[in-house]
Amino acid sequence: MTQYLDFEKPLAEIEGKAEELRALARANEEMDVADEAAALDAKAATLLADLYKDLSPWRKCQVARHPERPHCRDYINALFTEYTPLAGDRNFADDLAVMGGLARFNDTPVMVIGHEKGSDTKSRIDHNFGMARPEGYRKAVRLMQMAGRFGLPVITLVDTAGAYPGKGAEERGQSEAIARSTETCLQIPVPLISVIIGEGGSGGAVAFATADRVAMLEHSIYSVISPEGCASILWKDAEKMREAAEALRLTAKDLKTLGICDRIIDEPKGGAHRDKTAAMASVSKAIAEMLKDLEKKKGDVLVKERRQKYLKLGSKGLAA
Amino acid sequence: MNWITNYVRPRINSIFSRRETPENLWQKCDECGTMLFHRELSDNLNVCTNCGHHMAITPRERFKALFDGGIFGEVKVPEPIADPLHFRDQKRYPDRMKAAQKTTGEKEAMLVATGEIGRTPIVAAAQDFSFMGGSMGMYVGNAIIAAAEEAVKLKRPMVLFSAAGGARMQEGILSLMQMPRTTVAVQMLKEAGLPYIVVLTHPTTGGVTASYAMLGDVHIAEPNALICFAGPRVIEQTIREKLPEGFQRAEYLLDHGMLDRVTPRTEMREELITIVRMLMGLPPAVRGDLPAPTAAAPETPAPAPADKPAAEAKPAK
Repeated sequence: MTQYLDFEKPLAEIEGKAEELRALARANEEMDVADEAAALDAKAATLLADLYKDLSPWRKCQVARHPERPHCRDYINALFTEYTPLAGDRNFADDLAVMGGLARFNDTPVMVIGHEKGSDTKSRIDHNFGMARPEGYRKAVRLMQMAGRFGLPVITLVDTAGAYPGKGAEERGQSEAIARSTETCLQIPVPLISVIIGEGGSGGAVAFATADRVAMLEHSIYSVISPEGCASILWKDAEKMREAAEALRLTAKDLKTLGICDRIIDEPKGGAHRDKTAAMASVSKAIAEMLKDLEKKKGDVLVKERRQKYLKLGSKGLAA
Repeated sequence: MNWITNYVRPRINSIFSRRETPENLWQKCDECGTMLFHRELSDNLNVCTNCGHHMAITPRERFKALFDGGIFGEVKVPEPIADPLHFRDQKRYPDRMKAAQKTTGEKEAMLVATGEIGRTPIVAAAQDFSFMGGSMGMYVGNAIIAAAEEAVKLKRPMVLFSAAGGARMQEGILSLMQMPRTTVAVQMLKEAGLPYIVVLTHPTTGGVTASYAMLGDVHIAEPNALICFAGPRVIEQTIREKLPEGFQRAEYLLDHGMLDRVTPRTEMREELITIVRMLMGLPPAVRGDLPAPTAAAPETPAPAPADKPAAEAKPAK
């Protein structure tokens, strides 16, 4: 049973009716509802296409956070083989909000690292809702450096609301851990590709997404602060998140114009969660192409170009 | 000389020149409540003479006290495009900028300068908390990159005074991108083998802490400075409990291994001179009012003012 977002209510009604009809038909063999159900389906499809044709930034945030949206684990299972998780920061703990390890992508050995949000109450708590603590970034640093030493491309899958605002995280140097992770991203002499699959929240995202190529799923977001946070600071009212989402320019399209996102990966109609297989296939294709683009470059060239890319960022704004 | 030159002209001048006389000659310490005479307070670098509380200081005042004889040259910072996102909350971003420029008299939230401290050439950058909370936008990023490039060009160490509420929301994602950008700047210094000293002042929070402020070779903080990524209020809301006294303050970070030192502002200059000279492989600074360390040292140059160190002694052959 799909979970509907608030703006999808009309759609829920139609799809619900179609479902009801089919259930009735199943119970009563003499009833023929195929035509009616098909008509409803067609109506639902048109409505879905309409709704998603031009999603407002706030609606994109909602889709990006959809509980059924495929998460890091889904992508790793679908896109990689021989995934071998590696754990721990060799310092304090293993942070389950960040998963990562060795894997093969189309047979090429790579290091894959990403935020995992979890998919039910228990796993969400285990993964701390995808909000990393310092150990998560330090694990990522360790894995990235290992990849650098062994010449393995790094693929990061970003999906986090941001760093975890907790007491322990601060005590153990959250800021330093994020800074170090960003620094490592800028140092490793191997291709570094980042895909923002859901939420790219602030410092927690930058720590993984400072990459040669940054791709974003069509309905994913990437922002300096959550719209709610921005609204409560600048509007002094957390309910103004729609306005804030608009002002922050956090959609893939705007970020592509600004030069922060290199590539937008199209999502199936109605978002990645409505057709996970199709979403996986597009992401796989995008990673393969970006990787192909980078794999011939020498390590020092990659590092130099990566740094240049970031130094140059911000030279263009949005058109007036 | 008549009453026009003696009386009228000064009156007119005083209207037009808007000399910066404090509206109130006395300022109350935010911490202990002592009334402090403005001159005494600024002589003590805005540190309360009674309780040692560190009040805010602008980059310009800080540099005046930091550099030898108060002399420094400003480094030009490449101008970013204004209001790249056409950001508008309750006010337009350009209006907020204009208001900040008017109240501070500065162009942006960071000042970069070259000069000498204890006759040791350095490049310094200081963030201005009074300018939109010192927030890190493209200008601040450009300033740090310009400072690092200048340091590399002149082969000088870089000292950075941080003070910011975090990223500048009005520049959205572009402000977030200053985290990797400034990290590249720090890497330039490290690759050139130049020391990068960070002085963390109250407050240093958010994306600023999670990038250039935590990547120094040496981290020094001013006493009681708030230094964190997530602010105490956010954490209290998340964990729903009261945080202990002194949480995320400089001394607390020192205890947790995030800082090398906590040093009062009044001793900062001397400490920076000592550290920077050692890292640069220079001989100890020679104070003007002390005799030269060895007989072999060349004669002291022209008498320097008593409170300033004289030229460094050349190493004895």
